[in-house]
Amino acid sequence: MKPKNSVSMFDGPIVRRALGDAVKKLDPRAVAKNPVMFVVYIGSAVTTYLFAKDLIGQTGNALFTGQISLWLWFTVLFANFAEAIAEGRGKAQADTLRKAKTQSNARRLVNGKESIVAASELRKGDIVVCEAGDGIPGDGEVIAGVAAVDESAITGESAPVIRESGGDRSAVTGGTKVLSDRIVIRITQNPGESFLDRMIALVEGAQRQKTPNEIALSILLSGLTIVFLLAVVTLLPFANYSIRAAGQGAVPTIPVLVALLVCLIPTTIGGLLSAIGIAGMDRVMQHNVLAMSGKAVEAAGDVNTLLLDKTGTITYGNRQAAEFVAMPGVSEREIAEASQLSSLADETPEGRSILVLAKEKYGLVERGQDSIAGAEWIEFTAQTRMSGVDFDGRCVRKGAGDSVKKWVESHGGSVPPEFDAQVTRISQIGGTPLGVANGNRMLGVIYLKDVVKTGMKERFDALRAMGIRTVMITGDNPLTAKSIAAEAGVDDFLAQATPEDKMQLIKKEQADGKLVAMTGDGTNDAPALAQADVGVAMNTGTQAAKEAGNMVDLDSNPTKLIEVVEIGKGLLMTRGALTTFSIANDVAKYFAIIPAMFIATFPQLQKLNFIGLSNAQSAILSAVIFNALIIVALIPLALKGVPYKPMSAAKTLQRNLLIYGVGGLIVPFPCIWIIDKMLVLLHLA
Amino acid sequence: MTSNGIFQIALFCVVLLLTVRPLGLYMARVFEGEKTLFSPVLGPLENGLYKLFGVSKDDDQTWVQYAMSLLAFSVMGMLLTYVLLRLQGSLPLNPQGFGAKQMPADLAFNTAASFTTNTNWQSYAPDYTLSYFSNMVALAPHNWTSAAAGLAVAIALVRGIARRSASGIGNFWVDMTRSIIYVLAPICLVYALVLVAQGVPQNFNAYTQITTLEGTKQTVGQGPVASQEAIKMLGTNGGGFFNANSAHPYENPTPLTNFIQMLSIFLIPAALTYTFGKMVGNTKQGWALLGAMSVLFLIGTAVCYNAEAVGNPQVHALGVPGGNMEGKETRFGITNSALFAVVTTAASCGAVNSMHDSFTPLGGLVPLLNILSGECIFGGVGAGLYGILMFAILAVFIAGLMVGRTPEYIGKKIEGYEVKMAMLAVLVLSGSILGFSALGANGNFPTDDKTALAAVNQFPGTAYGSSSDTFYGATYNNVNNSGPHGLGEILYAFTSATGNNGSAFAGITANTPFYNITLGIAMLVGRFLMIIPLLAIAGSLAKKKFTPTTSGTFPTDSATFAGVLCGTIVIVGALTYFPVLALGPIVEHLLMNAGKTF
Repeated sequence: MKPKNSVSMFDGPIVRRALGDAVKKLDPRAVAKNPVMFVVYIGSAVTTYLFAKDLIGQTGNALFTGQISLWLWFTVLFANFAEAIAEGRGKAQADTLRKAKTQSNARRLVNGKESIVAASELRKGDIVVCEAGDGIPGDGEVIAGVAAVDESAITGESAPVIRESGGDRSAVTGGTKVLSDRIVIRITQNPGESFLDRMIALVEGAQRQKTPNEIALSILLSGLTIVFLLAVVTLLPFANYSIRAAGQGAVPTIPVLVALLVCLIPTTIGGLLSAIGIAGMDRVMQHNVLAMSGKAVEAAGDVNTLLLDKTGTITYGNRQAAEFVAMPGVSEREIAEASQLSSLADETPEGRSILVLAKEKYGLVERGQDSIAGAEWIEFTAQTRMSGVDFDGRCVRKGAGDSVKKWVESHGGSVPPEFDAQVTRISQIGGTPLGVANGNRMLGVIYLKDVVKTGMKERFDALRAMGIRTVMITGDNPLTAKSIAAEAGVDDFLAQATPEDKMQLIKKEQADGKLVAMTGDGTNDAPALAQADVGVAMNTGTQAAKEAGNMVDLDSNPTKLIEVVEIGKGLLMTRGALTTFSIANDVAKYFAIIPAMFIATFPQLQKLNFIGLSNAQSAILSAVIFNALIIVALIPLALKGVPYKPMSAAKTLQRNLLIYGVGGLIVPFPCIWIIDKMLVLLHLA
Repeated sequence: MTSNGIFQIALFCVVLLLTVRPLGLYMARVFEGEKTLFSPVLGPLENGLYKLFGVSKDDDQTWVQYAMSLLAFSVMGMLLTYVLLRLQGSLPLNPQGFGAKQMPADLAFNTAASFTTNTNWQSYAPDYTLSYFSNMVALAPHNWTSAAAGLAVAIALVRGIARRSASGIGNFWVDMTRSIIYVLAPICLVYALVLVAQGVPQNFNAYTQITTLEGTKQTVGQGPVASQEAIKMLGTNGGGFFNANSAHPYENPTPLTNFIQMLSIFLIPAALTYTFGKMVGNTKQGWALLGAMSVLFLIGTAVCYNAEAVGNPQVHALGVPGGNMEGKETRFGITNSALFAVVTTAASCGAVNSMHDSFTPLGGLVPLLNILSGECIFGGVGAGLYGILMFAILAVFIAGLMVGRTPEYIGKKIEGYEVKMAMLAVLVLSGSILGFSALGANGNFPTDDKTALAAVNQFPGTAYGSSSDTFYGATYNNVNNSGPHGLGEILYAFTSATGNNGSAFAGITANTPFYNITLGIAMLVGRFLMIIPLLAIAGSLAKKKFTPTTSGTFPTDSATFAGVLCGTIVIVGALTYFPVLALGPIVEHLLMNAGKTF
């Protein structure tokens, strides 16, 4: 699916703003939140001080110390830039949302009298009126009327949606606009707590909290930082010893030790960690899903079981006519014509699909209601459960199997045994049988089929490869459910499901240690949405559902759950891949720096400098420069995420190990070599 | 390298492999409390012991209780040992009349710490320091209990992984008892008898005075050697009865005993991987760990054996061709010395049949790397399994994220707490090794106080205590071998102590207050500050729910995982220690090829 709102990450204004933010983020209080980068920060400060000393003292090392210091500052700035650019798109989006929030007035209704008040004065429980052209002043519930509402400010979707009182389409959101008619709204949120406010806070990342995996990874990175700090600090006494033993050489200077430390600590992943998390949330947002927390996105990657509602998710919402089955002695054309006639007045999607089938498969000419003069159209009612037409003495009826059967029998006709056989057969394969009769003559059966959306089987296969089990939830009877489940290729189904059954299923799966994701929109879905580990509420859904879930799909497309799962997985993979890459990089940096540090003490160590770096200073500088530039080079990957391809974990692992593990071992060598040669060329070392 | 040598190494591997499944299965049954072959005989003994000490078999302990039991037991054992060693002069079975003079406070501390932690580092020459009583009462029990404690901790960690939503991880006292009476004792009994049959002494005689063929007088040590030898190997203790350890003909008389000794070092650590697989319900998980251990072991063996077989180019230049025989027992030769060295350091045994100090730089680097890897390449009894499980947790966390899920190990989610504890263990190990080595390498704190110097000198006349000597550390001058090799010796000492290995590069005179105290602390840190975080992990994992395995789960029972595990062990080890290794064995190797030795 192509993401909406596809503003490029490297849009001019976003980059400009990020450059400024990168500098602002140099505030030590901000850097201190990231232990790895804080170490670099302190290193930068120390080397800057030493650079100043070298400059004043004319020691001749100023060029080297200065460059080290400069590139260490760049390392910090690059990490800040990565974070700032990840936040950029969210901030831009927040600005757009804020515009929707501009001060508007509301028409408050008190005891039937309207008065104009500022939208910000509305409180929970207030009643307001909105007519065509009015902005909806706050989140609420329609208590009277029906209206077309433009929700593009929030969803980006320009087609208006219908909001009406009662049922599952009663929720309206502040900041949207009424296009037609008049509705009365009961406000359900106090100012500052509205959906729009929360949305702004979320996209802006204002209250971004570290997710559990991010915390665990930060611990690992901090631990590694301390280990390397130890390795570097103890190097000083070891160097002392070696110099005394060899009788030559000098103890590594502080800038050199700082350079080694910064190269060893996992700055690549440390610098990009928060950008990865923000970008992951942002990617979810690009799919028009509002995640209430990063934790929910991360949990999506861990999901074991997906509960999908059949209708609208797995199948098109409506049943479609697939076949006309004639009774013995009835021609196919006769039943097709009778079906067409009986459906002319049927405005339901099922009725229309019968017309389509009659035209396309049976070649009947399309016609309208007015083509038959003097016809009496029989509407469908819950009592008769039939519809049809009376004209020219013909009484054509179409409806539920048993109703039509009774109708035929009551008109003195007899129903052939084939009729019952066909009704049973169609029910068994998951279809809905409709009887068609003309007076006392049973003509045949219309097979209404639940049509599975195209491409679903492949998606479920992909999910299975990822180790995710899909369970179809449906109100259908078990027979029907089983047949559709088989056709769609889901792993399991829950038939005749009540909200309680759904809840039970979630609890059972969770008791087995599985993580469950589901979508829902109705108020009766709310408990299950709250219970599920990932609950995606449809934006068209009720307020209760939206509050219970931890994500809201602004497009109200239940299939999107699958994309959310993929984004969650991509997020974790990106962290793992860059961590592996970062650690693997250290090997090359060691080979660059260690010989350079001790070449004066042990000239034989030149053998370890097998890539042939020019001299001690250029070797150390190239490692530091590589270390800084790799952060910039990996920003696009961090923001876009490692592409997730549905395949088994074992294959994914092998692939990523090869790219990021082995790649991480090899890539730095040529890069450092090139930087080294350029430094020498430019007489910088 | 010779085909004969390669055949011997292959034979060793095959025989070891054959023992893994039966012994692993047996241990799984023992620790699950099921009936075994020995239950009819040992069952009543086991129950009798519980009754005697008031232990309830079904009393499940939380990780904190488990750790407290282990600590209490260890502290009591260490204190008792310290007191017995100091008082050995007034205690029986002391035909040579050794007393507190041979066993000063710092040495007694070092020795007590050493045996309590399964290190069996010996700063002293046992045949000139310890009475039979000290050997048998103060030290020998630790050979059993320290190995059993390691086994218990490993089993507790395995239970933590295997159990679901449980609060306890087993009972320390029960695990200890079962380790000793069902696992260590039966094997040792047979083992000791085999050794006696091969000519290892088992007596309480005073040392024998003999006149050699050349007419000089020689004192030949005696004692209950066979019984101690068996547990020394099986329990990966490594503390020899004699100073020459397994190079001594009384400890290791024949090629057969040499083979059995190497085998017995790896016996329990290798089989434990199967026990682990069995207890977590998937033996492939165990084979994956064994696979990772084996790969690292075989690489180490190949490098070490090759380096020793190729020998020193400078010796070749003198017209002496062939491999490096310096410091090796001619009875064992290069193959069996190299293999023994790799085995004893891979497992945290520390028994030696050759002088590791005399190995070529690369040959000596392998034992050092083996210990630096955290003693997880087979490792000590129990310690090897919990060591590699710690790395498995880190490997799963780093690489596991790459499959796009919260990392899981055998159905248990690896989260912040586990990572924190595993990193704590890694930090403690590297901190102890690097910190103390740095202190040792640079502990050159000058003092003019000659009396203070004299007071700390144990061996006047050696380099230590000379007029140019300096206080406490005095380590630089204390190194008999200078240059990078000297640094290697210091590093090896603290690595061996922290890794609870106990083997030594020797070279440095370790029996000084500085080394005795710092090494003693390193041993305690390396043992207990690793066990406690791992027990914490066990407790945390036991509480977790089991996440069912799907095709989306990071597969930890595969060859890929074994590879990832090897990579993690090597990279975490290599990255931490590369600078100091570069200044030690690596540059020494380069210098040797350039014509310099130390």
